[in-house]
Amino acid sequence: MVIKHRLDNNILYVMLCGELDECSSNYTRTTLDKLCSNRNFKQLVIDFSELNFMDSTGIGVLIGRYKKLKDIGVPIYIYNPNRTVEKIFKMSGLYEIMPKLV
Amino acid sequence: MDNNEMKLTIKSLSENEIFARSVVASFCVGLNPTIEEIGDIKTAVSEAVTNCVVHAYPDRVGYIDIFVSIFENTVTIKIQDYGVGIADIKKAMQPFFTSKPYNERSGMGFTVMEGFMDKVEVTSQVNGGTCVVMTKEICAKDVKVGG
Repeated sequence: MVIKHRLDNNILYVMLCGELDECSSNYTRTTLDKLCSNRNFKQLVIDFSELNFMDSTGIGVLIGRYKKLKDIGVPIYIYNPNRTVEKIFKMSGLYEIMPKLV
Repeated sequence: MDNNEMKLTIKSLSENEIFARSVVASFCVGLNPTIEEIGDIKTAVSEAVTNCVVHAYPDRVGYIDIFVSIFENTVTIKIQDYGVGIADIKKAMQPFFTSKPYNERSGMGFTVMEGFMDKVEVTSQVNGGTCVVMTKEICAKDVKVGG
């Protein structure tokens, strides 16, 4: 897992590159928390364009970040997941709390 | 494609998950699956193996046996562990149920397996282990050339 990020206009863009499963979940969790600890942004956009694989472990990681950011009023948006990842998002109802950017 | 079988034994280490799902997916390639079908199989395998790593062997490393068979257009994947087992399978398979909510677990593992495969059967014995058998028919996409 490689995590890239950029801050643009108060929006924090985070790009997940690789595969998000149990093995990479801790790194993903702690890296996202570190990036979010600056609190100099008003929205978080997670870009899934370069994420080749994710299982339901990823849902747990995303919901955990959602709960933390909800407390400080920062919404999360999902961008460009592949078809398989999108199926998991729809199955779990994730888009109800993290809308997909189109 | 001829009927075929494979068997793989791995230790319950999370770094083996990518290996397990990649091996099973590669084995199914002869059925000429779509990218989406390969994604479904990889995800279902990853869910079952994650359950073994996280739940079956919570305090130790154990072995996971993975059997895959291909019969005509149907792939059957059996994932067996010898860990703590599941006392209430019905409850464990409910969407969003997790025995480890404090670990940021989604409780979606079995739901994803059921959504991505045609059929999922779970048998378990407390302190004996759990066996997950999943089947999926790969739709034939052979393009006939000529008459």
